[in-house]
Amino acid sequence: MTAVPDTASAVRLTEPVARIGFTWPKLPSKLIADAVLPFAFAASVLLLWEAVVRILGIPSYVLPAPSEFLSVLVARFDPIMMMAKQTAYATLIGFVCGVTIGLLLGGLIGSTRVLYDMVYPSLIGFHAIPSVALIPLFVIWFGVGPHISVLTATIVCFFPVTVIVATAIAASSPELDDVLRSLGARKIDVLLKVSIPRAMPQFFGSIKLAITGAFIGTIVAETVAANSGIGYVMIVATNNMDAPLAFAGLTVLAVMGITLYAVSMFIEKRLTGWAYRRQ
Amino acid sequence: MSQANPMLVDLDRVTLTYGEGRNQTPALAETSLRIAEGEFIAVVGPSGCGKSSLLKLVSGLMPATTGNVIVAQQEVTAPIKIVGMAFQNPNLLPWRNTLRNVMLPVEIVQPHRSRWRQERGAYTERARSLLKTVGLDEFENRLPWQLSGGMQQRTSLCRALMHEPSLLLLDEPFGALDAFTREELWAVLQTLWMEKRFTVILVTHDLREALYLADTIYVMSARPGRILVRHEVDMPRPRTLANTYEPAFIEALSVLRGHISEARTNGLAA
Repeated sequence: MTAVPDTASAVRLTEPVARIGFTWPKLPSKLIADAVLPFAFAASVLLLWEAVVRILGIPSYVLPAPSEFLSVLVARFDPIMMMAKQTAYATLIGFVCGVTIGLLLGGLIGSTRVLYDMVYPSLIGFHAIPSVALIPLFVIWFGVGPHISVLTATIVCFFPVTVIVATAIAASSPELDDVLRSLGARKIDVLLKVSIPRAMPQFFGSIKLAITGAFIGTIVAETVAANSGIGYVMIVATNNMDAPLAFAGLTVLAVMGITLYAVSMFIEKRLTGWAYRRQ
Repeated sequence: MSQANPMLVDLDRVTLTYGEGRNQTPALAETSLRIAEGEFIAVVGPSGCGKSSLLKLVSGLMPATTGNVIVAQQEVTAPIKIVGMAFQNPNLLPWRNTLRNVMLPVEIVQPHRSRWRQERGAYTERARSLLKTVGLDEFENRLPWQLSGGMQQRTSLCRALMHEPSLLLLDEPFGALDAFTREELWAVLQTLWMEKRFTVILVTHDLREALYLADTIYVMSARPGRILVRHEVDMPRPRTLANTYEPAFIEALSVLRGHISEARTNGLAA
């Protein structure tokens, strides 16, 4: 490992010729890729939308212009936020419950051979049923109210997390296992030192599914079995042909979804950075 | 020299058969082998001759079909804690940096297991000094994929030595490396061994490697393996790469090579 002469700086390319005319201001390319480009794209979609609505004169009960529903959002900010809070609570509680149960159950199933063989096929079978189809049953059993949203969000999150965690924990890597076994490791050591850390990238994959799933669960439950929350706002708005209000509700949902997604991405990067080779 | 020392490893007419019933494959025919404490032995032989099976028996990863495996005066029935093992693949945990990979054994093997949390500083120091002897002291925070193959294998060697095993089992540890790195690591291993004097069983198919490193070389026959020849190497230590080009070394090499090709042709004839 001797020092290699720095050829890159030794071999100088010719000095850049002074450019003529306008030059784009130089931003760090990482900043452009991460923030400027996505933002510019979203903004131009909204602008295009605004233009199309105005030029074609589309009535606002069919498709409101962004300027219209954003101003509705501002004007009725407080009541919308009250409903949004309801949805956010239901989603978060359901998400946390579903992921926790899924993680524990998936870990248990994945680390116990007999349980895995016995339960896994049924689990896949249940997973194939769209969880929101269970909402009518929940209403029969538990009545109407925000608890139905929490329950639906929990169920929707629970399945993908359980299935994916169980599969990831059950996957074996004989070579790493040999290392641990040659040290006389117990089963619990293998689980804690190999299986669980190795399953982390898949676990976070399932969390991303769970986040979007939790919102779907909450919103669908709110549209059929609640009298509060953004889902309820949507139903009221469409019943009144108030498309701007419905779109204002959708905007709030998008912001909440992106926020939750960003938080989990942040945690994922900290915990599973090893799985992503970046130079 | 071995008469005075107590025997650390004693294989007494051991056989090993894989599978059951009609699918039985004999891997080791009756094999007897005694290794003195502090001895460095190498096991060479044609591929598939049961060299790795021998290591699995000694480490307790696999039970013998017949015969006794005795290590440190104890019958081996399960993985034993005085053993450190390194494999052909480095097998590092991809989510742990170099230092934490090296620390792994003390989190598992007693008595370190119940101590390492309290004495983390002392254990970290030990891991660092091991990394320093293999020239990796500046890489302790790197993840495995950020290291070259040779560096990963060095890390694996440090990990095998972390709990200060008295018996080091090496299963073709340098087999996947390029020739230069391999020769560099021979010297690293020799230095470590001369410093700590653990007992080593090195399984390899590289005869130069065996001659460079070992006190005693055992040549095994084709499957089912059995020991054909015991060859003592009396070259002073530390040995250098220059030694490997001396006439005596080359002569020993050709003798060994003769044994191997004999073993292979006999194996093919049988």
